[in-house]
Amino acid sequence: MTDNTEILIDSAAAANASARSVSTRYLLIRNPSVIIGGVILLVMVLIALTAPWLGTTDPTFIDPTYRNKKPGAERIVMDDSDAETLWVYRMGTDSLGRDVYSRVIYGAQVSLLVGVTVAVLSVLIGLVIGLLAGYLHWVDRIVMRFMDGLMAIPGILLAIALVSLWGAGLMTVILAILIPEIPRVVRLVRSVVLSIREEPYVESAISVGTPLPMILVRHLLPNTIAPLIVQGTYVCASAILVEAILSFLGTGIPPETPTWGNIMAEGRMLFRIYPHNIFFPGIFLALTVLAVNMLGDGLRDTLDPRLAKRLRA
Amino acid sequence: MSTPVLHINDLTVRLPAGADRENAIKDVCLQVQPGETLCLVGESGSGKSVTAHAVMGLLPKKQLVAVAGNVLLQGEDLLEATPDRLRDLRGVGMAMIFQEPMTALNPVVPVGRQIEEMVRTHTKLSARDRVRKVIDLMASVHMPEPKRLRRSYPHQISGGQRQRVMIAMALALDPPLLIADEPTTALDVTTQAQILKLIKELQAKHGTGVLFITHDFGVVAEVADRVAVMQWGRIVETDTTHQILSEPKHPYTRMLVSTVPSLKPKIRKGDDSAPIVLSTKGLHKVYHDKGWMQRGRSVKAACDVNIQVRRGQTLGIVGESGSGKSTVARCIVRLIDPSAGRVYLDDVEVAKLSASDLRPHRRRIQIVFQDPYRSLNPRLIVGASIVEGPMNFGVSKADAWQRARELMEVVGLDPNSVDRFPHQFSGGQRQRICIARALAMQPEVLIADEPVSALDVSVQAQVLELLDDVRQRFNLAMLFITHDLRVAAQICDHVAVMHNGEVVEYGATRDVFNNPQKDYTKALFDAAPGKNWDFGLLRAK
Repeated sequence: MTDNTEILIDSAAAANASARSVSTRYLLIRNPSVIIGGVILLVMVLIALTAPWLGTTDPTFIDPTYRNKKPGAERIVMDDSDAETLWVYRMGTDSLGRDVYSRVIYGAQVSLLVGVTVAVLSVLIGLVIGLLAGYLHWVDRIVMRFMDGLMAIPGILLAIALVSLWGAGLMTVILAILIPEIPRVVRLVRSVVLSIREEPYVESAISVGTPLPMILVRHLLPNTIAPLIVQGTYVCASAILVEAILSFLGTGIPPETPTWGNIMAEGRMLFRIYPHNIFFPGIFLALTVLAVNMLGDGLRDTLDPRLAKRLRA
Repeated sequence: MSTPVLHINDLTVRLPAGADRENAIKDVCLQVQPGETLCLVGESGSGKSVTAHAVMGLLPKKQLVAVAGNVLLQGEDLLEATPDRLRDLRGVGMAMIFQEPMTALNPVVPVGRQIEEMVRTHTKLSARDRVRKVIDLMASVHMPEPKRLRRSYPHQISGGQRQRVMIAMALALDPPLLIADEPTTALDVTTQAQILKLIKELQAKHGTGVLFITHDFGVVAEVADRVAVMQWGRIVETDTTHQILSEPKHPYTRMLVSTVPSLKPKIRKGDDSAPIVLSTKGLHKVYHDKGWMQRGRSVKAACDVNIQVRRGQTLGIVGESGSGKSTVARCIVRLIDPSAGRVYLDDVEVAKLSASDLRPHRRRIQIVFQDPYRSLNPRLIVGASIVEGPMNFGVSKADAWQRARELMEVVGLDPNSVDRFPHQFSGGQRQRICIARALAMQPEVLIADEPVSALDVSVQAQVLELLDDVRQRFNLAMLFITHDLRVAAQICDHVAVMHNGEVVEYGATRDVFNNPQKDYTKALFDAAPGKNWDFGLLRAK
């Protein structure tokens, strides 16, 4: 009788469990934020990767005769063999006569590169520091005070200072955005580790003599993955924005490489007369950041249902 | 008999699609008479709480829906009542007290104000009368200094006092029906006895009908007039307490009652000349609350603890929460470092060993924790959890897995289920896996820290049997930590009773249980629920 009871309870528990694991995957593909965010982001990535084949010209080509054209302006171009082709400036030209469409498309490369690189690096670095700080008290005391110090300085200000220190360039911009993001990831990982290390299964691992690195990798690391993926998307969105801000302020990537930020910066002067210089890169920037954030929200809802419930309540 | 206060007729509550069964409760019929206590007993998941919540109209909307039957409170159908009417009835017509008084009270409002709110919502008393009423109510639940304590916040009073506040709130307006949902499960045994006494006293005074939900047959024997037994959402048997406890008709009830451990210590023939494997000398653990720029407070969690365990024997450490029993266990396993004193494993002193020197001795002493749901890494298959220890000590992968399969069989599980994940097992099965993991290290000492407290009573009996079985089979010295005197009586050769970090009484189980010397021990045994009822009788039949 008693054995029977336990077997029945067990089969019920098992059925529940398998239902749960199926539904996570199911929810992920069914979640509208994940789908919409994912699709927009995918399109942006494809645009960035295939920029040379999307009917673009050289985004840095200056043509003084065709300055400040409105979107849709047409021009007949003669090539070497005197054949005439109709050229349409889909998004107009800027004050130096460069094709805004080409600049915006190529700009996607920089934005996404910065966003993804900063997200991946900050998650990796933050993970290592956070795991150690969460587990070892002496590391915690030193590292966390340093992280507190970093967090006390506004991220953008710090980034501007770092860029002006090291000189503008893609690498320095990535580093400058990366450094202020790390403490946030460290805090997240540390908080997860602090709560998980009290779990009996970690204590069991200690009592069967598992060495520290194994405990970190086997028992603590897997629990940080879901919140880290979510945090990674938010870092990515914020990095894209900060890069645009830096470029807009003229402290970011030098103007010869088009980025959404510096296209808008250059369009700022004639914004009232020719709004397209700001409008198009602005739309792309907003869409991308929105897509990444939606993806992050969707992932959070499915990967970390408890947090999602707390936020909704 | 007069008309019942509560009359539940064929109540069925449907579960959302995809659950393990169609209905949370099915065709439940209950009657509670004025002045009567009806105990609703069952294991976890049997639908006890759903029944109570359905009466209070507290079922989560859309997820759980009452699809059939009716619930009559003094003749009025609660399932038909409008939300406004239900709100009026709560407090005036029926009231509920919950398991965890800390979460049931608002932490940022003084307790007096919370009781007053109940009075203010349902009556038109003036402010001064309300305060007087609150003080009266707090006095009636025997709160010391009601005038002062009514200004206290929930965290400033003890768990028992919080439950008293909940009771004062529930009975503020003299409702004819009180629903108590495991009201003493989170409390210590001595506090539990006081709260049970209080509920009985107030019930006698006001003639309240009480629907008392519990899983503990000791409590049933203590408070119930009649008992309804639930299993998988159905009531399988309803009868008087005496009938249920002495001559249950349904096999499930019989199984439940017979698995309740007896308070009479088992006769054990432990070999008192066996070598001492584990002993502590003057073990202290002091927690310092060292703050930055503030003077530290210190709490003595364990104070001068001297215990010894012989090979093949079980020493029980018994005590209420906060008595320091788990601290002792964790010091011995060196999950925390003792502040002073010695821990001997055979002749080796392990209390002061450095982490690297300690490592070879880790194998010899293993621990099984209370909560089977958190003791296994949810992301590893259970086999991986079992082989982790041996492989740390250089056992080859093939050998370790082979041994894991054997151990699964030893603990009564299918050896082929080593590649399943913890969530695919029930609580009792997980605890078996934890025992297998401990055994995989071939330890000499097994520490069991409340290993059955989180389990249902029928599963509890099986796990206890298993623990006793492996102790014999592997000739282990076992240190068994529990708050449950019944469990201690059945499994321990010796017991140490702990109170406020100190061992107050230490001796052979039979001596301590039959002839307690110290006042605290006497009080503890006196508070054990259902102490006058020997559940072992039914087993003997």
